[in-house]
Amino acid sequence: MEDILPVIETKLREAFGEDIISAEMMRDFPVFTVKKDRIIDVVKFLYDEPEMQFRFLTDLCGIHFPDNKGQELGVIYHLHNMRRNWRIRLRIFFPLTDAVVPTLTTVFSAANWMERETYDFFGITFKGHPDLRRILNVDDLGGFPLLKEFPLEDPTRVDKDDKMFGR
Amino acid sequence: MAQAKQKGRMVQQTPPETAEKLEEKEYSILNLGPSHPATHGVFQNILKMDGEIIVDSEPTIGYIHRAFEKLAERRPYNQITPITDRLNYCSSPINNMGWHMTVEKLIEAKIPRRVEYMRVIIMELSRIADHLVCNSVIGVDAGALTGFVYVFEEREKIYEIFESICGARLTTNIGRIGGFERDFTDVTWAKIKKFMKEFPAILKEFEKLLVRNRIFMDRTIGAGSISADRALNYGFTGPNLRAAGVDYDVRVMNPYSGYEDFKFDIPIGTNGDTYDRFMVREHEIWESYSIIQQAIAKIEQMPGKEFKGDVPDFYLPPKEEVYNNMEALIYHFKIVMGETNIPKGEVYHCVEGGNGELGFYLVSDGGRTPYRLHFRRPCFIYYQAYPEMIRGNLLSDAIVTMSSMNVIAGELDA
Amino acid sequence: METQVRDSKIETVGAPAGIEGPGFFATSLDKVVGMARKNSLWPLPFATSCCGIEFMATMAAHYDLGRFGAERLSFSPRQADLLMVMGTIAKKMAPVLQQVYLQMAEPRWVLSMGACASSGGIFDTYSVLQGIDRIMPVDVYVPGCPPRPEQVLDGILKIQELVQNESIRRREGPEYKMLLSKYGIE
Repeated sequence: MEDILPVIETKLREAFGEDIISAEMMRDFPVFTVKKDRIIDVVKFLYDEPEMQFRFLTDLCGIHFPDNKGQELGVIYHLHNMRRNWRIRLRIFFPLTDAVVPTLTTVFSAANWMERETYDFFGITFKGHPDLRRILNVDDLGGFPLLKEFPLEDPTRVDKDDKMFGR
Repeated sequence: MAQAKQKGRMVQQTPPETAEKLEEKEYSILNLGPSHPATHGVFQNILKMDGEIIVDSEPTIGYIHRAFEKLAERRPYNQITPITDRLNYCSSPINNMGWHMTVEKLIEAKIPRRVEYMRVIIMELSRIADHLVCNSVIGVDAGALTGFVYVFEEREKIYEIFESICGARLTTNIGRIGGFERDFTDVTWAKIKKFMKEFPAILKEFEKLLVRNRIFMDRTIGAGSISADRALNYGFTGPNLRAAGVDYDVRVMNPYSGYEDFKFDIPIGTNGDTYDRFMVREHEIWESYSIIQQAIAKIEQMPGKEFKGDVPDFYLPPKEEVYNNMEALIYHFKIVMGETNIPKGEVYHCVEGGNGELGFYLVSDGGRTPYRLHFRRPCFIYYQAYPEMIRGNLLSDAIVTMSSMNVIAGELDA
Repeated sequence: METQVRDSKIETVGAPAGIEGPGFFATSLDKVVGMARKNSLWPLPFATSCCGIEFMATMAAHYDLGRFGAERLSFSPRQADLLMVMGTIAKKMAPVLQQVYLQMAEPRWVLSMGACASSGGIFDTYSVLQGIDRIMPVDVYVPGCPPRPEQVLDGILKIQELVQNESIRRREGPEYKMLLSKYGIE
């Protein structure tokens, strides 16, 4: 398997320069950390460029690092070039106060529900999304479940004996 | 005589002037689900219909959201396997094996070839089980209930094989990180061989019922079709994408667990409609059957009897050693208490599930539970295309399309 | 032509205790109604997740639920006797389930199949209803994850026992009304 990180990195740096914050290999995946506002341009570039042709969106998910002050929330994109069997990961990070990300639905229709799920779990708003509302949880949940401070168990339960559950 | 005359009666045509007045149509709203005999699982579709033709639809999911991803952040790596069972519960061993392989990728463990071939046998058996359910349920939704009863008997045989290995029929929690808990016993091998001998006859009988059945073909050809471009843009994978004409199979593109040593074909369709999806799954069952045959032959030629790789940090040592050997006792304690050294890092691993590319994105921060675990669930991603697929079709086509897409509610909502 | 009568090993349902005579059979109404009801239950399979697949296996030929009389599945609550809740009920689904229960006509029984329906199961999370007995009265709980088909059949047999021994006036009595009012059902 040829070393694809330098190939893609050169192309991206040619086109975007400093907007590509970092490029590294994690296990067997080239991972690029990108500035939040340029993510759609990067994905479109990777889609259209004849030598890149990343025409398949494998996955889109969010992540929460409460310890990275100023960069708490992140969105992770997995792209796949089926012709040459290249897979890459793009990451963007941004603070809780500025949790607005441009939507990817203009490029990939698959991103529609994936962005709704990320909104439902993390509260990240996708600007330009045709129908951004909760998808998996009830509408009046009041909070975003996958943030680290949200409790796993239902806090309104009264029948669990604290002594038995080791609390 | 009177009846024949009635049949020949012409339907009254609308005269031209009233047809213009009818341009402002009223659409009726029909609620399909969440509790519905034909939706296999709980999801709701609100259909806007022009008579019998569907104009638009709005799906609502989340009726069985069990918060797997949040639950996984609380459980150590060994305890996440039962959760992965319940993703695509028709073929839970594939989910289990996929999770084990993800963790093995994170800790960079080496798994012996024999274990990989054993995993292949289990995964292909569960793929057969999954496709059997899907195909027979397409038949049931079109009205053909007989095939369902024939096919479930075969599924019982597969359940017995799983039961002899891990003790459970459906939500198997099969295998361990590193391999299996014990070698396949003689009883298991006998069951597998018996299944292999008897299965082709029953599958041929099932095929005779539906494959060239005029009524079934009329019901399914042209229903819910999608083109290859739209399918790729929607992130389709698995049999649904292959029915649209794209030969993408994770087992071939990113081989795992020894699949590169097997010879098998990838069936593809042309139109991406329900009949193609049905036929692609039929042919995949035959391909899985051939893979299992090859795997059994390969294992029989191997001299060793190993059933696990070397992962001392995750695999509990055998009880005899724990009671007699200090080192094994310490490892046992560390694994159960969660004090093992788990490397930090991110890893994404995908396997070919019954519905397509099932991916696991695991972020580990060195603690005993994952920091973030995200499941790339194929059902969730391709169900988005359902409104587009049924636009302009009749209601009965919509039902058959939904069952041919093999939407499993557990994987949809996670 | 002599026809051979085989010694059949199939047990048919025995007649209840009563007085038999030429052309008549006298027993109490309770017993006859109970016997008729128990051998012709029309279940409503409310299958949400993995337990639904085990239920499909129970209905299939190997474990055949139909031999106990429950052959005709009804998906319309108006025509069903027995609501079988199979699988996890999330909080989003709970109002739908309650709606289905309310639409059933008396007498109705509820069987909760699986750990998730009985108590929330392994999913002790914010989005899962911890047992359907928070929203409706349940008659029989079948534990398991998923329960084996034999356990489901055992649950159905227990329901049949309840059906047989129920008094025909039970549904109008004050205790039943108090039970329903505990769940907010009038």
